[in-house]
Amino acid sequence: MSAITTPIVHAPEGWSLPYRGKVGMACLIIAESAIFTIFVVAYLFYLGKSLSGPSPREVLETPIFYTICLLSSSLTIHVASRFLEGGKRGAFLGLWLLTIVLGGLFLFGTGQEWHRLIYEHGLTISTNLFGTTYYSLVGLHATHVTVGLVMLGVVLLFGLAGRVGPEQSARVETLSMYWHFVDAVWVVVFTVVYIVGR
Amino acid sequence: MVVGRVVGVFVLLAGILLAAGLCNATQPPAPANPVPNIFEPHSTPADSILHLSNFVLGITGLIFAVVGTLLTYAVVKFRTKAGDAQSEPAQVYGSTQIELAWTVIPILIVVVLFLATARVIHAIEDAPKPAAAVEVTAIGHQFWWEYRYPALGVVTANELHIPVSDPEHPTPTFLKLLSADTDHSFWVPQLAGKTDLIPNRINETWVDPHRTGLFLGQCAQYCGTQHAKMLLRVSVETPEAFQAWVNAQKQPAIEDEKEAAGKRLFETTACVNCHAIGGTNATGRFGPDLTHLMSRATIAAGAAENTKENLRLWILKPDAIKPGSLMPAMQLTDADLDALVRYLETLK
Amino acid sequence: MSSDAMAIQAAESAGQPWVETLHEWVTTVDHKRLGILYIVYALIFLIIGGVEATAMRIQLMRPHNDFVSPQVFNRLFTMHGTTMIFFVAMPVLFGFANYLVPLMIGARDMAFPRLNAFSFWLTALSGFFLYFSFVGGSGLYGAGNAPDVGWWAYAPLTARAFSPGHSSDYWTVSVLVSGFGSIGTAINIIATIFSMRCPGMKLSRMPLLPWLNLVMSGMVLITITPLSAAQIMLLVDRYLGGHFFDTQAGGSAAIWMHFFWIFGHPEVYILIIPCFAFMSEIIPVFSRKPIFGYPVMVGATICIGFVSMSVWAHHMFSIGMSSYSNAFFTLTSMVVGIPTGIKIFNWLGTMWGGKLIFKTPMLFCIGFLFQFLISGLTGIMLAVSPFDWQLTGSYFVVAHFHYVIVGGIIFGLFAAFYYWFPKITGRMLNESLGKLHFWLFLIGFHMTFDVMHIPGILGMPRRIYTYEPGRGWDTMNLIVTIGTFIQGIAVLVFVANLIYSYFKGPRAGNDPWDAWTLEWSVSSPPPEYNFASIPTVASRRPLWDRKHPEDPDSRYE
Repeated sequence: MSAITTPIVHAPEGWSLPYRGKVGMACLIIAESAIFTIFVVAYLFYLGKSLSGPSPREVLETPIFYTICLLSSSLTIHVASRFLEGGKRGAFLGLWLLTIVLGGLFLFGTGQEWHRLIYEHGLTISTNLFGTTYYSLVGLHATHVTVGLVMLGVVLLFGLAGRVGPEQSARVETLSMYWHFVDAVWVVVFTVVYIVGR
Repeated sequence: MVVGRVVGVFVLLAGILLAAGLCNATQPPAPANPVPNIFEPHSTPADSILHLSNFVLGITGLIFAVVGTLLTYAVVKFRTKAGDAQSEPAQVYGSTQIELAWTVIPILIVVVLFLATARVIHAIEDAPKPAAAVEVTAIGHQFWWEYRYPALGVVTANELHIPVSDPEHPTPTFLKLLSADTDHSFWVPQLAGKTDLIPNRINETWVDPHRTGLFLGQCAQYCGTQHAKMLLRVSVETPEAFQAWVNAQKQPAIEDEKEAAGKRLFETTACVNCHAIGGTNATGRFGPDLTHLMSRATIAAGAAENTKENLRLWILKPDAIKPGSLMPAMQLTDADLDALVRYLETLK
Repeated sequence: MSSDAMAIQAAESAGQPWVETLHEWVTTVDHKRLGILYIVYALIFLIIGGVEATAMRIQLMRPHNDFVSPQVFNRLFTMHGTTMIFFVAMPVLFGFANYLVPLMIGARDMAFPRLNAFSFWLTALSGFFLYFSFVGGSGLYGAGNAPDVGWWAYAPLTARAFSPGHSSDYWTVSVLVSGFGSIGTAINIIATIFSMRCPGMKLSRMPLLPWLNLVMSGMVLITITPLSAAQIMLLVDRYLGGHFFDTQAGGSAAIWMHFFWIFGHPEVYILIIPCFAFMSEIIPVFSRKPIFGYPVMVGATICIGFVSMSVWAHHMFSIGMSSYSNAFFTLTSMVVGIPTGIKIFNWLGTMWGGKLIFKTPMLFCIGFLFQFLISGLTGIMLAVSPFDWQLTGSYFVVAHFHYVIVGGIIFGLFAAFYYWFPKITGRMLNESLGKLHFWLFLIGFHMTFDVMHIPGILGMPRRIYTYEPGRGWDTMNLIVTIGTFIQGIAVLVFVANLIYSYFKGPRAGNDPWDAWTLEWSVSSPPPEYNFASIPTVASRRPLWDRKHPEDPDSRYE
C-alpha cells in the first residue's frame, strides 16, 4: 500500500479558514457564559428566599456611573483596534490606556460599593442567601474584569515598547473580544441584580 | 368510697393487662416473602408501576428482538467468504427511504410510550387524599427513621405500622417526607416507588396496601457512613390491630418501680440529650423515641434484633453493630449497664 | 521518504540518555505525544479504578462481609466513580482525539500546542491530587481521608457539618482543575477543526471522527462549566461561609442536584460520542463499505448534543418534582433515544451487504453494537419515570450505566486500541491474544452486568457496603463478583499484549487495514511533522480515491 503515487489535485481557489485565535476565544466565551449562567440562575432562584438579613431593595444602589465607564470602555477598545489596523499606533495606545482606566474605575466603583455594603449594612457573603449569591456573581464578574485588565496591561507594556503594530491586529482583536464579553456579562448582571432583583 | 377506688384500680390493671395482651397480638407477623421484589406489588402505586413496566418491557423486548435478529443476521450472512476478499462490495452511501422509515417508527414508539407513562405519573403523583387516609410524617435522620402520626398523637421510630386498605373503602396512608440532616429515600418496593427525603423540602408519597404482613425496604439515597443499615420495616395490620397499636403507642412509658434505679440512670446520664421517653423528663429528639422500645422487633433501624444482648451491646459499643452510626458508646460500668438495660426492657 | 525520516529519528533518540527522553516527553507540545501521554495515564488509572471496583465486589460477594469497613467502602465507590469518569474516560478519549484529529484533517498539529500540553498537565496533576487525599486528606483527626460523598457529592452531605476535614475538598478541587483541562482541550479541538483543515476538506468532507469530536467538544464547553460553577459555589459554602446549598439558611439541596446533573447527563454523551466516532471509522473499514448515511450520522449527533442538554432531571425523578416536570423529562429522555437508535441502524446498514472481516477491532465493535442496544433499551425503561421510581438508586441503574460505559465505551476503546495501535507504534497487536482478550472480557462482562440487573429489581439499593441475607440478593452478588475477576484477567491479557507487541509485534507499515482516511497515508508511527506536504482532498475517503482512481468517492458526493 506504499507505492501509490499521489495524484495532483489542485487546491480549491481561495481556501481560507477562520483565524484560530478568534475561534478559540469564541469557545472560551461560550464556556464562560455557561459558568455565569449558573451563577445568575442561583441568584434568581434565591431572590426573596433569605431567612434574615438585608434584602436587595434595602441596600443596593444602582451603579450608573461605573456602568457607563465599563460600557464605554467597549467603545474605546473597539476604536483602538481600528486605529491599530490602520497603523495609527499612537492613537491606539492612547485609547487602549483609556480603556484600562475606565475598566479600573469600574473596579474601583465595585470596591467602593462592597465597602459600603459590608461596613454600613453588614452584608457579607455569609450573612444570608442574598449576600452569598450577590458577592459570588458580582465577584466572579469583577475577577474576569481584573484578568482582562491584566491582559490589557500586558499589551499596553508591549505597545509602549514599540512591539505592537498592525501585524498584531488579529491578536489584539481577539483580546478585545474577551473585553466585549466582560461588558456583555455586566449588562446581564446589572439587569438581574439591580433591576429585576429589586 | 374505698370499694370504688379498689374496683377502679382493678379495672385499670385489667385494662393494662388487656392492652398488653393485645400488644402481644400485634407483634409483626413473619414476612410471607422477605424479598422486596418490585414485580410483586401489594399496593396501588406499586401495582400501576408493574402494569406500566410490563408494557414497556414488551415494547423494548420487541425492539431488541427485531434489531438483535437483524444484527445477528448481518454478522452471519455478510462475513467474508474464504477466497472472496479480493473485490470490494458495492459501495452504498445511504438510502433516504430506509432512513426515513427508521426515524418515523421510533418517533411513533416514543409517542405511545410517553402517553402511557404520563397517565401513570399523574395517577400516582396527583392522587387526591381521601378523608379516611392515615397521615404519617416521616423524618429521615442519619441513620434512622422517625415517624409521627399528628392526628393520632403517636411518635415512634424505625418500624412503621399502617392499616390495610380495603379497595371498597380505601384507607391509604399518606406520608409527608422530611429530613433532619442529609438526603434519604423511602423505598419499600412492594408498596410504592421511592421518594426522597430532602432537608428544607416537603415531599409526599402514599401507599394503600391490599394485604396485611411485613414489608421490607431500606434507605435508597446515600446519606453517610451507615446508609446501608437504615432499614425499613412496614407492618400492615387489620384496622383493629392497627388501632390497638396506636392506643398502646399513645400511652406514656410504663412505670415499673423495680427498675427505678435504671430509670434514674437514664434520666441523669447523657441519654436524655438524644432520646425521649414519654412521661419522663427525657425529651431529646436527636435519636429515636424510646417510649415503646420493646414493641419493636429490631433496634438501630433494623441493624440488629431487639434482644437483651443486642441492646446491651448497642449501648456499650455501637460500632460493633453499626460502625459509624451517631450513637456514642456510653461509658457505663457493667452494673449500671445491666440496670439500664433492665429498665429499657420495661418500655413495652 | 517517511521511513528514512523515522530511521533518522529513531537513531537520534536511541543514543540519548534517558533523562533527555524523559525531558522531551515532559515538555512536549506535539499532539501525538500528548495523545500517548493521555492514553497511558488513563490506562494506569483504569487499573487503579478496577482495583477499587474489585475490592468493592469482594466486600459484596456475601452478606455481612467484613473485607472492608463501611468507611473504606464509601471512599472506594466515591473514588472509583470519580476516577473512572474524570481520570480514565475523559483522558483516554481526549488522548485519541488529540492523536487522530490533526492527522485525519491533514494538519501538522493542534491549533494551540502549548495549551494542549497545559491542559494535559492540569488533568494529570489533578488526578494525582485526588489520590493524595488517601495520604493527606484528614485535616481534622479522625475525619477520614479520601472523599466518601459519592462521585455526585450531593449537598448537604458535602457541607462542613457532614463532611468535616478536607476529604470533600480533594474531590472538589481535583475535579474542578481537571475540568479546566477538559475545557482547554475542547477549545483546542474546535479551533483545530475550524481553522486547520487541509485544502479541499470542507466540513462536509471531514471524516466522522473529527466531526463527532467537534460536537463532543462543543458540548464540553457548556457541560463541564456548570459543574465548575457548582464546585466554586461549594467551596464558597465550605470556606467563605456561603449558603448556596445550606438548607439551614433557606438554601436548597435540590439546586446542587440540578447543577450537577445539568453537567452529569450531557457528560455521559460526551463520553459516548467519541466511541460512536470509533465505531463510525472502524465498522466501515471491516465491512469494506462507506458509512451508511454520513449526513444523518452528523445530523443525529448534533441532535443528540442539543437534546441531551434537556434530559438531566431524569436522574432526579425520585426527588418529588411535580407530575408536569416528571412528564417533561420523561419525554425528552425518550426523544434523545431516537437519534441514538438511528445511529445503531446506520452501523447496521453499513455492515449490510458488506464483506465483514472479524479481526479483533471488529469483534469489539460487534460487542459494542449488541451491548449498546441493550443499554439503550434499559435506558428507555429508566426514562419511564414511574418505573424509574422503583429502579433508580438501585443496582438496576448501576447495571445500566456500567452496560453503557463498559459494554459500550470500554468495548469501543478496545476496538480503537487494536485499530490504531499499529499507527501509533508501528507494530501490530497480537491477533490471538486479542481474540482471547475479547472472549474473556465478553464472558466476564456479561456474567457481571447482565446478572447485576436482578438484585436491583429485587430491591437492592446502591452504595451500600453490605446487605441483609435472605432477600434474594446473595447468589446474584456472588456471580457478579466472579465476573469481575474474569474481566480483570482479560484486561491483564490486554496489557500483556500491549507491552509484548510494542517490542516484538510484526511491523505494521502505513496502512495495515486497507483503510481510507488520511492518517493511513503516513508512516507508522507518523513523523513529527505528520505530512511531508499538506494533502488536498476531494472526497470523504481520500485514500479510497487514491486506491480506486477509476471509481472515486468524489463522483458520488
